[in-house]
Amino acid sequence: MGLDIRTPIGLMFALVGALLTLASFFLSSEIYHRSLGINVNFWWGIVMFIFGITMFFLGRRDGSTVKPTAESPEGLKIEAEEHRTGTEVDTRNENE
Amino acid sequence: MNLTNLDWAIMLIYFVFVLGIGFALKRYMRTSTDFFLSGRSIPAWITGLAFISANLGAQEVIGMGASGAKYGIATSHFYWIGAIPAMVFVGIFMMPFYYGSKARSVPEYLKLRFDEKTRGLNAISFAAMTVFSSGVSLYAVGLLLGSLLGWDFNFSILVAAVIVLAYVFLGGLTSAIYNEVLQFFLIVFGFLPLVFLGLRDAGGWSGLQTRLATVATANGFAPGAWSESWRFMGDPSSNPMGVEWFGLAMGLGFVLSFGYWCTDFLVVQRAMAADSMSAARRTPLIAAVPKMFFPFLVILPGMIAIALTHQAGQSGFALPAKPDGSLNYDMAIPLMLGHYFPTGMLGVGLTALIASFMSGMAGNVTAFNTVWTYDIYQSYIKRGASDQHYLWMGRMATVFGILASVAAAYVATRFNNIMDMLQLVFAFVNAPLFATFLLGMFWKRSTGHGAFLGLLSGTLAAAVHHGSTLPRGAVVGIKGGWFGHLHTYPSEMAQNFWTAIFAWTTCFVVTIVISLLTKPREQEELRGLVYSLTEKPSEEHLVWYKRPVTLAVVVLALTLVLNIIFW
Repeated sequence: MGLDIRTPIGLMFALVGALLTLASFFLSSEIYHRSLGINVNFWWGIVMFIFGITMFFLGRRDGSTVKPTAESPEGLKIEAEEHRTGTEVDTRNENE
Repeated sequence: MNLTNLDWAIMLIYFVFVLGIGFALKRYMRTSTDFFLSGRSIPAWITGLAFISANLGAQEVIGMGASGAKYGIATSHFYWIGAIPAMVFVGIFMMPFYYGSKARSVPEYLKLRFDEKTRGLNAISFAAMTVFSSGVSLYAVGLLLGSLLGWDFNFSILVAAVIVLAYVFLGGLTSAIYNEVLQFFLIVFGFLPLVFLGLRDAGGWSGLQTRLATVATANGFAPGAWSESWRFMGDPSSNPMGVEWFGLAMGLGFVLSFGYWCTDFLVVQRAMAADSMSAARRTPLIAAVPKMFFPFLVILPGMIAIALTHQAGQSGFALPAKPDGSLNYDMAIPLMLGHYFPTGMLGVGLTALIASFMSGMAGNVTAFNTVWTYDIYQSYIKRGASDQHYLWMGRMATVFGILASVAAAYVATRFNNIMDMLQLVFAFVNAPLFATFLLGMFWKRSTGHGAFLGLLSGTLAAAVHHGSTLPRGAVVGIKGGWFGHLHTYPSEMAQNFWTAIFAWTTCFVVTIVISLLTKPREQEELRGLVYSLTEKPSEEHLVWYKRPVTLAVVVLALTLVLNIIFW
């Protein structure tokens, strides 16, 4: 399967993080009274942004994390065993 | 709670991504295996996070926060003696049979191991339970959005149902799993600042302990009853849960937790989607690592909420009271979000909450459509149709499952004790099931007749026990006693644990007796289904940190340490 889940997760967190941090410059500091005077939007926005970017690049670097059975040693073993016992399942057109 | 455009924008971004994932996966859903089992192609860390997120719905997030306020740190027993050991057990001992037998669902394993009628019984009760609990998740969404944001109940339900329908319909199990992983990170990022701010406000852990001591003494317990998990378990009257260590360890730790985490297809399905045997075995073990730290994320805010409520004048925070005068513990987490988060962060927190309800629902719907299509439709209604037909049926079952959940959500609005009812059904159906699996997987002599009658009599025993006992101070009815009144338990939780113990023991004994009286199956047919007749999966080719047994030892050691720290 071609979609690495880290790509959309990374994009979403980077987007939300950037939005929070940017917004914190335009919001009055009075709203942070409830968060004990800490500008949570600014700081947590940065944390989420960094997490998002990291996930995004990990996803890009590794390409697809979802591999066909035949691409792992265990998968090959399973397929060989299935072939030997005749229990092979054709995943393209499975008839039960 | 006042939301600004910033909060709505964050919620909107989440919805766009959820639907985007569904659309992006649509083109990969070629066969029924892709749709129901993600083509058995997902790496372990993803299935692992989905394994715990599928369960992270309204019952866990709202329920564990509420219990944290009501019972304190003892709620962590649901994790540190309940879920974690069960997750280790399913990974090490049971996954080789679930994954190795190539069964496509838990009921299908029962058919391979026992017979058709045992599968049918399990499939039908499971399908009904998933629809019911997905309905309760939906009901919680409607209730929460109504009370926090003033949304119309019908509108909230409609939005949640349509979004879940869209992404499961398009992308099947993969879509549900991917969204569960997204939701997992959202919960972590949405709740961590809450725990940080709450603890800071309460003066750190030691400050919180001091505050909780006043809560405990005000309720007539020793000062540490809210902040020490084991010390007061010797006697049911000395802890707020009203249970003693034996009922806790056997009822919750052994029967209920193993019954849920080892046999419930909702979670097992995630592991079955893994890309290899070792990935399937690692799924619950990887899941156990974040799971053991969840108490800090979901229970701690509840404990902080009750501490603040007891000093409402000073803290400005108080849990609301219900009409009958008792505190509405369910509001602990939602109100804490509103208390500490400014606009922006509040959007993230609320989105995390809504996300958890929706993926709790999606988890149930994906388990339902699989069991319906493979174990009911393909087995009893239409055999031997083309794979494309079953793929189509899976999509139809998704639509039907969502519609039934919506109906269940409206039924829930008519009963004020719907949560109790759900708990009861779980105790009746899930508790005996673990005995069936234990005997099925580890005792080759157990037979189909034994399993079937054991399950039935286990459920019956649960009903008889519940019907003849009452928790202290309760009236006859949904809480029990409708059958007579033989025994009074100190609390509802104690009654619940003992109902489970009775159900499990009855199922265990009846299955053994009937099995010995009936004809066993040929050993050859049980290869790959029973422990003693199955080759042990080899792990030599894996690096040490990928070996399930190594992981299991690490997980158990960490859990032990947590138990000791918060003893």
